[in-house]
Amino acid sequence: MALTMGSMSGSTVQLPLRTKLQRVERRRKLRAFALVLPLLLFILITFVLPLSRMMRSAIHDDTLSLLMPRTTAALRDWDGKELPEERVYDALAKDLKRAWMEKTVGKVSLRVNYELPGAASQVKSSARKLSGLSGGPYKAALIGISPLWGERDVWGVLKRGGSSYTGFYLLRSIDFEYNANSRIVASPGEKAIFRDVFLRTLMISITVTAATLLLGFPVAYLLAKLPPSTSNLLMIVVLLPFWVSVLLLTTAWVVLLQDNGVINGILMSLHILSEPAKLLYSRFGTVLAMTHIQLPFTLLPIYSVMKSISPSHVRAARSLGAGPFYAFWKVYFPQTLPGIAAGCLLTFILCLGYYITPALVGGPGDQMISNFVAAYTNQQLNWGMASALGAILLTATLLLYIVFNKLVGADRIKIG
Amino acid sequence: MRIGSIIARAVGVAGVSVSALLSAQPVSAADQLTIVSWGGNFQDSQRKAFFEPYASATGTKVTEDSWNGEQAKIRAMVETNTVTWDVVVGGSMGQLCADGMLETIDWNKLGLDPEKFNGREDCAVPANAAANIIAYDKDKLPSGPKTIADFFDLKKFPGKRGLNSRPIVNLEWALIADGVPIGEVYKVLSTPEGVDRAFKKLDTIKKEAVWWTSGAQQAQLLADGQVVMTSAWNGRIFDAVKNSGKHFAIMWDAQILGYDYWVIPKGTARLDEAYKFIAFASSPEAQAEMAALIPYAPGNQDAVALVDAETRSNLPSNPEHMANALIYDEAFWADHQDELTQRFSAWMAN
Amino acid sequence: MAASSYASPAEKGWYYLHRFICGVVLLFLIAPILIVIPLSFNSIPFFTYPMPGLSLRWYQEIFTNDVWTSGLRNSLFIGFSASLVATVLGTLAALGLSRPNFPWRPVVMSVLMAPLIVPVIITAVAAYFFYADLGLLNTFTGLILAHATMATPVVVVTVVATLAGYDHSLTRAAAGLGAAPITAFFKVTLPLILPGMISGALFAFFTSFGETVVTLFVAGPEQTTLPKVMFSGMREQISPSIIAAATVLVVFAVVALITVELLRRRSERLRGIR
Repeated sequence: MALTMGSMSGSTVQLPLRTKLQRVERRRKLRAFALVLPLLLFILITFVLPLSRMMRSAIHDDTLSLLMPRTTAALRDWDGKELPEERVYDALAKDLKRAWMEKTVGKVSLRVNYELPGAASQVKSSARKLSGLSGGPYKAALIGISPLWGERDVWGVLKRGGSSYTGFYLLRSIDFEYNANSRIVASPGEKAIFRDVFLRTLMISITVTAATLLLGFPVAYLLAKLPPSTSNLLMIVVLLPFWVSVLLLTTAWVVLLQDNGVINGILMSLHILSEPAKLLYSRFGTVLAMTHIQLPFTLLPIYSVMKSISPSHVRAARSLGAGPFYAFWKVYFPQTLPGIAAGCLLTFILCLGYYITPALVGGPGDQMISNFVAAYTNQQLNWGMASALGAILLTATLLLYIVFNKLVGADRIKIG
Repeated sequence: MRIGSIIARAVGVAGVSVSALLSAQPVSAADQLTIVSWGGNFQDSQRKAFFEPYASATGTKVTEDSWNGEQAKIRAMVETNTVTWDVVVGGSMGQLCADGMLETIDWNKLGLDPEKFNGREDCAVPANAAANIIAYDKDKLPSGPKTIADFFDLKKFPGKRGLNSRPIVNLEWALIADGVPIGEVYKVLSTPEGVDRAFKKLDTIKKEAVWWTSGAQQAQLLADGQVVMTSAWNGRIFDAVKNSGKHFAIMWDAQILGYDYWVIPKGTARLDEAYKFIAFASSPEAQAEMAALIPYAPGNQDAVALVDAETRSNLPSNPEHMANALIYDEAFWADHQDELTQRFSAWMAN
Repeated sequence: MAASSYASPAEKGWYYLHRFICGVVLLFLIAPILIVIPLSFNSIPFFTYPMPGLSLRWYQEIFTNDVWTSGLRNSLFIGFSASLVATVLGTLAALGLSRPNFPWRPVVMSVLMAPLIVPVIITAVAAYFFYADLGLLNTFTGLILAHATMATPVVVVTVVATLAGYDHSLTRAAAGLGAAPITAFFKVTLPLILPGMISGALFAFFTSFGETVVTLFVAGPEQTTLPKVMFSGMREQISPSIIAAATVLVVFAVVALITVELLRRRSERLRGIR
């Protein structure tokens, strides 16, 4: 190092040593950063960028402003008190005719149906019937075709559709919606499902976290106390589920929990049960399988903290007259708290995002928020709802991740 | 966002060239065809009757995938211009056709007589007709359900029921069980009150419902004893009886007969090949072969004559089975699929 | 540690209770895997004991059926490509991060670790929308990039851990003896961090190899991987061939786990920790 510095000072103008050292330091920093830069860019492009795009689609939807341009423009200064005038119906008829020709009416009707369930077939049949109509006036004609156009609700949806940004999906995700006057109101009972789903996700995550702590703590304690030769062997047992993918472990649980599966078989041959218990497609099965899968994630951080606790502390407490349980509880246990916090937080964060296990082991009433994100993306093609639910889940996760970073530090994450 | 997507695109292009170099299996578009079907023994039969003979006759490599009729997948592919499914088998494709997601079928190009295909649609060639029926295990339920109302009767037949996790068929049956005459089912279901009525009837068995998403689960649910009876497709149950020695029985009352179609997603790079395959699979010989493997009525009427008498008696089109049958209404579902699916999913989750 | 002879009866009681609890929990961890594996040798397609007979028919199926073999081929190809990308990028980054004067370490680290933390469904949906925009949906490139993204954190973590025990005076010694930085890297640094790199690459490979959810969203039929075959199979009807495939994957995982453990020991020996 001295060598490099010497050659540099020879070629440049004499500078105070302090400045030179700062420069070297800065150059080293840059060099270190340059090594990380490719990965950082890679993560920003293939990960952060997609996530922000998803967050954006939670509030961005230009279906109506693009496909119904005349109607949304004509509604701009509609006050929402009465039905709009003929001019707006005329614009609607033109838009719908064009949508029918260009085969985009499906998209329009789907978008309207998100906010007004049951309206899709009305929009579609209106467009079909309009395509046979040559000229106006359209107001009476349209109301005759479908009563939908005689109510203010649909016009509220179309008016709000004039903006490319909408709060509808996020509101829906927390069981709110717009009424005909574009005021925010609570969704009616049959549509208000998401608060339940969030609550369920939270409850399952808390239960699993608590269960893994309860089961993991004694084992971590044992592993930390055993001599390395034995503990390394037992460690393989702990690490194996960690290595085997979630899908494989879930598969194993499906096989075990089936009505004709191994667990029911054992319980029935021991005459504990007379008929198979409903374990698969149940909340109990979901929590059981998740606890199994998450156990190593809670256990390992506790174990590594326990390994670093000096046994002399407890010994000192004992020699000062503390009973074994008192010494454990007052001296040893408090020192394990950072490990407990790290393990539980990690498990809790990961639980919030579970998808495969509830999908394969849970019943319809055990589906977590991730399963709804998946269903909206793949089965219903309602990308706005998928993004909105996803954005909420992501925000919650990131907030907890910040807590985790403050408490533990991302650079302390260990594997295996 | 814009600059971001330009960078991403540039990276993507670089990635494409790298992976083109890495790629171990360079496949040209022509000698390859991706066909997507319902999976399970239905697809096994199709493999024997259509895919394998076609592959060996033309030298085309057939890549298979299966789906559960999630039409959103086709929509997403077409809208994002990433169509990788060349030929798809599915039911009730009217809405996708109306939305411009499917190729309009050119019967001249196909070289087939459209008159031989009852139930043909603008974008769809009928592959076969399958019956939605109620199945039960005779070993566990010696005197099974006799009518669709029995399926909804928890007092007479306590226990779990297997049901399709989508609204189709469920809503029709709910109305029939609630006393709507078979001829008026779709008329009633077109009204908001009719839909409410169907959901109300479904409410009565909701707590005993086990939802299946794929055809293969139907026989599995019965075999595992997870349900005492299940809605199913007749071919799946027939196969379980024939090949697994199960004593499953089919109740044909209020069977709902619907077509499976061949369709071509819009924008596939292998359009000609797709036509060639559909023409092949629609020939009377191939269709008769298929019917012998799994008892679904052939889409091509000329195939019926080639089917032997025993197979014919197992088909849904057997007059005995048709006594109280409902023909699935494509037009109704093309209009109402979105809204009823949304309502049904919310209802299920609630 | 054994129950010391001067422990009170209550302590002894606790001691054995603790051992018992640990035994039960460890059994809970390993039993599901151990119970299910033998069922893949069952001669009939059911999942209960006792098994009426043994058979290799399910293994024969997964190694001859085209769906399974092409799934395996795709998984290997994608896993190899993704771990290659992840290992190169991750090792470079780990080298930078391990330098004592790396700026903004906590922030950079938390960005780099994010793919481990963000719910996989979010990653999948975001990748699905994004790759759809780019036309990379249903392509090998898209899937490899997505897998590499998810695999980089494990490489970084593993290599950083190896470098934690790295004695920087070795590089300086090499430089002092006149080696160019590149030479010093290949002659001194690389051999020392190689075990960590290989472990990282293995972890990356297994991340990709077992990845299910992102694959379900981003892969087309031609990119079908082993986990995708398994997942769609499970949704239909769970057949013993799925368990046979799972068994093969478990064996893979055990071999990899042992390899990593051996590498870790070797690396510790090389650096003189033990």
